[in-house]
Parts: sequence; structure tokens; C-alpha cells
Amino acid sequence: MSAVIELRGVSREYGKPPTRALDDVSLTVERGEMLAVVGPSGSGKSTLLNVLGTLDRPTAGTVLIDGIDVAAQTDAQLAGLRAHRIGFVFQQFHLSEGVTSTDNVANGLLYSGVPLRERRIRAVEALHQVGLGHRLGHRPNQMSGGERQRVAIARAVVHRPPLLLADEPTGNLDSKSGAGIVDLLHELHGEGTSIIVITHDNALAEKLPRRIMIRDGRLTADSSSTSERVVVTAGATP
Amino acid sequence: MSVSAVRETPMHSRLLASDVYRLGFSGLIARPTRAILSALGIAIGIAAMIAVVGISSSSQAQLSATLDRLGTNLMTVAPGTSVFGEEQPLPFGVGGLVQRVDGVESVGTTGLLVDLHAYRSAATLKTDTNGLGVMTASSDLLRVIGGHIAAGSWLTDGTSRYPVVVLGAKSAEKLGVARPGEQILLGDDVYTVGGILECGELAPEIDTSVLLGERQGTSANAGERVHPTSVYIRADEERIDSVRQLIPGTVAPQSPSDVTVGRPSDALAAKQASDQAFTGLLVGLGSVALLVGGIGVANTMVISVLERRREIGLRRSLGAARPHIRRQFLAEALFLSLLGGVAGTVIGAAVTAAFAVGNGWPISIPPVVLAGGLGATLVIGALAGLYPAMRAARIPPTEALQS
Ligand SMILES: Nc1ncnc2c1ncn2[C@@H]1O[C@H](COP(=O)(O)OP(=O)(O)O)[C@@H](O)[C@H]1O
Ligand SMILES: [Mg+2]
Repeated sequence: MSAVIELRGVSREYGKPPTRALDDVSLTVERGEMLAVVGPSGSGKSTLLNVLGTLDRPTAGTVLIDGIDVAAQTDAQLAGLRAHRIGFVFQQFHLSEGVTSTDNVANGLLYSGVPLRERRIRAVEALHQVGLGHRLGHRPNQMSGGERQRVAIARAVVHRPPLLLADEPTGNLDSKSGAGIVDLLHELHGEGTSIIVITHDNALAEKLPRRIMIRDGRLTADSSSTSERVVVTAGATP
Repeated sequence: MSVSAVRETPMHSRLLASDVYRLGFSGLIARPTRAILSALGIAIGIAAMIAVVGISSSSQAQLSATLDRLGTNLMTVAPGTSVFGEEQPLPFGVGGLVQRVDGVESVGTTGLLVDLHAYRSAATLKTDTNGLGVMTASSDLLRVIGGHIAAGSWLTDGTSRYPVVVLGAKSAEKLGVARPGEQILLGDDVYTVGGILECGELAPEIDTSVLLGERQGTSANAGERVHPTSVYIRADEERIDSVRQLIPGTVAPQSPSDVTVGRPSDALAAKQASDQAFTGLLVGLGSVALLVGGIGVANTMVISVLERRREIGLRRSLGAARPHIRRQFLAEALFLSLLGGVAGTVIGAAVTAAFAVGNGWPISIPPVVLAGGLGATLVIGALAGLYPAMRAARIPPTEALQS
């Protein structure tokens, strides 16, 4: 029983009079799960994703990724973890302008020490996988928003991470392209990737097997069938 | 499953060296105008330094070529002045005396006719002497000073019987004599120009002289032999110093300390040395330009880092560790600086070549200067890139998700 993510009593505070962006969050995500994190703007979704993706460290609590305690890792070790085990998809795509989709995707392997030739070969494979086999040499400004987000997803999965984290992946897309992205995420999930999607779009969340509600930094609901694994309303202790 | 095995092996993120170069380079070409403008400062500094050193080195090469050609073993002897300010004439036959000194190879003498002046024609005012000296020349003189005939012929024993003169290059110009065969006046007497000399480098005083054979000198001097006033000596290069010490006692046994012995090649080298001091100043200015260029690169890099927080955050999310970000920006600063360095080296070398060719000098740019220039750019790039690169590496990975 290897949980891909386990949070125990995680809090993240910001600022001098500390404001809590995450407040005593506990959460377990099993390998191969797919779930949505839903909540209004400013509720702490991105903060949660940063913590889950080891981009940020909590001010309190324990974060285990693949059973590895994040607090015990150096910055370089966490970078290694991200390079090999985690893929990120962002609302604003974050593609390099003036660079072909193949090279944008190949950058997903840049920090794994894979030589350029092999990076490109695997990038082309990943682009085919996300349905962009006909856009290999296109630059971001020659593609639609939906296509750009597909390129970003290809970049996030080109190193075959067991965990994919997506922050509002459809937030900048029209509903048709958004639906296409959600289908793609389902496909990747079908191939065994654990996926966490942050969204404030309830329609999108409805299509995912498990949903977690967050409000003011606290988890307020979990739709998971195995509800004893979950958690934690305000004031509860683990 | 293999997952547990993976968990135990630490996973490192790695950035290949080839990718560091690629990142640094592509960072530059992504903003070409900015790159060119900020490389310009470095280019100007390096170009200035290389041109200054190259031009100085080319003129040095020209000097040593000249000295090779002219020899550094020529000495000149001038009579001293007594304590009463009178010129002590050199004795007749001084040439023969000097010739007997150990290490002396050849000797030429001139004897100034103080009161005799040269004129273009009878119509010329007698006060209009053009500052030219009329002097006798021994037949060896031309060979000893390494002079050359531009037109006509040198004084020979044959021509010495006739009123024939040879003009230094500047004398011919001042007198308006274009070719041998024309006539001039020495005092009131008509002389035919037998030859015109080229400009001489080691004995420039000959350029402004009107030379006549020793026999003609005697008749021009109202039948009295003309006292030698200068002796030109070629000595064995190895024994120059000992010759130099023996000369005064040989030419003026009574008052050797009054005699001045000069070495014209020293004067040329001394002039060069004073140019060197000026070169030092220009190199100083060039290094200030380089410093300003370095600050320009640092400034560009700092701005670049501020603008690229997102990109840096993204790279961190893709697995870049802090050293990878630092290396990327350091490489970019190095490339930026190197771009300026290479351009500056090319410009500096071109300026040097143009200047040297324009002056008829050999082109000489010491390779160590080129290497030093490029080395300096790398050091500047590293220094200018260090701070921005460290700032870049400190940007938190969460920047990628900031909307
Ligand atoms: N770097 C930060 N510094 C200070 N406050 C922050 C920072 N990041 C997030 N916050 C605060 O934490 C709260 C949660 O933010 P965020 O996680 O971005 O919410 P969401 O993604 O759900 O809109 C907000 O009140 C926000 O202002
Ligand atoms: Mg957010």
C-alpha cells in the first residue's frame, strides 16, 4: 500500500501577522488515483499544489511524496524528485516562445541528464501521445490555446512521472478545448499516472473519480468512497 | 515492485554541460538587440586595448626592422666645447686615428664650413641660407651612415677635382633642385649637383647638408684644410662599449671629457620608449572602457533575471536545482561577454592592421595579447554574471504558479 502522497497536519503560513493559506491539512492519495481539488479563488489551492509538488515547504506538518519525507530532503534532492517523479501543468502553459513544440516538450527531460537527441525522440513520442503528431515543428504562437496546453501536458509527462499535478489546466481555455484536455488527463490516468487537478470548475470536477473541497485553507469535503481515509473538517485532529 | 527500489536510490537532477552552453547561448539569441547593445561596451574596451597594444607593437616591430636594417653599431663623435664655450676642433686625420681603435670597422668624417652657405642662384638673398650646412664629407661617409643615393652619384676621388656637390634630401628640396646636373652657388661660386641623397634615418643632420669632397672643401675654404667636426664610426657590435670608451681619448687626448659620443639608434629607441608611456595611458583608458562594459553586462543580466522569474520557476518545477539555474545565467553572461570580446578582438586587430598598413609598418599583434583580451572577457563575464546568477538561483520555485 504505497501512497503517492501523504499529508499529515500540513499548514503553510505567509507574512508577518501570519495568514494561513493551508490550515492543518491531512490527505492521502493512493498510487493511480485521479482527483480534483475544488475551491473558490484564494482558498489555498495553488498553495496546496506547491506543497504537493515540493515547490514549497510547509510551515508545519509532514509531507511524504512516494514515502519520502520532504522536510528531510535538500533543495537539490527535491529538484531530483521533481525531475524524475513529478510533472506540472500550469494554467498559463509556460511554453517558451520561439521554440518548437518538440523542443518545448524535450525541455521536460532537460534536468534528467538525457542527451538532446534522445530528448527530442521522446518528445516526439509524447506529442503523438497527446494528439499533436501534426504539430511537431510548430511554435506556441502558431497554435491554439488547447494545443498549447497539450504541448505543456506532453512536457509534463515526457519523463513518465508517476504523479501529475495540474493547476487550473483549463482555466485559460474555451469549454470545448477544456473538455479535450480533461479527456487527455483521463487517458493518462488510464495509463497509470496519479493525477491531481486543481480547478474551480465544478463541471470539470464532476467528471473525476474523487473530489476534494478546500475553503480558507482547510479541506471541507472529500467525495472519496473510502471515506474513512479522508478527512478532516475544521478543528478535527488526525 | 520496482517502486521501492527507486525510493531507495536517490534521484538526482542533472544538467549536461552541453545543455548549459545551449541554454546560455539560446538565452542570448532570444533577445538579440539587447545582447548586441550590452556586448558593445565590452567590444569597445577590448578593441581599444588590442588596437593600442597592436599599434604600439607594430611600430616596435617597425623599429626593430629599421634597426636591423640600419644597424645599432653606428656612433657619432662631436667635438666638445671648452670651459670657455669655444668648440675644440677635432684634429686633422682624426679618421685615421679612430680607424686604428680596436673594434672599429669603418670611419667617415664631415667638416663644417661655418661661414659658407648654399644658394639657389645669384638672385637669392645672401641671408637666405635655409639653415643648410655646407660641409666636407670623406668618401666613406655614405657607406658608414648607411645612406643611399636617390639620384646621380656619390662624391668620388674623380669628382673631387671639380666643383661638384651632393645634396641631402632636404637640402635638395629647400634649394629646389630636382635632379643632378643643376647648379647652385656656394658663396659666390657655382657648383654642379652631382647627386641627391635619400633621407637618412640614423644621421638626419646629413639631410640638411650640402656635401663636397675634401679637396673641394679646401679650395672653398680659401685653401685651408677644413677641420673635421663630426666622426661617424661603425664598430664591431660586440665591442661597442669598449670602443665607446676609447674614442674620447683618441680624438682629444688633452680633454677627452669634452667629447660627446652618441649612438643614434639609442635616440630612436628612446623615442619609442616615450611612445610606450603614452601607450600605457591608452591601455588604461581601454581598461576603463572594459570595466564599464562589464558593468553593462551585469546590468543586462540583472534585468534579465528580474524579467524571467517565471521561466526560472518553471525550470525549477521541471527539476532544475539551484546550481543549474546559476550555471545557466553564468553561461549567458559569459557568452554575452565573449560575444563582445570576439567582436572587439576582430575590430581591434582590423584597426591595428589598417593603421600599420597605412604607415607601411609590419602588422604585429602578439598572440598573447589576443589570448589575454579573450581571457579578460571571460573573467569579466564571470564577474558580471556571478551576482545575477546567484539572484536567479535564489528565486523560489513557486514563481511558476504565481498568476
Ligand atoms: N507568496 C505568498 N505570499 C503571501 N500570501 C500568499 C502567497 N501565496 C498565496 N498567498 C495567500 O494565500 C492564500 C491562498 O492563495 P492561493 O493558494 O494562491 O489560492 P488559490 O490558488 O486557491 O486561488 C491567499 O489568501 C493568498 O493571498
Ligand atoms: Mg491558484
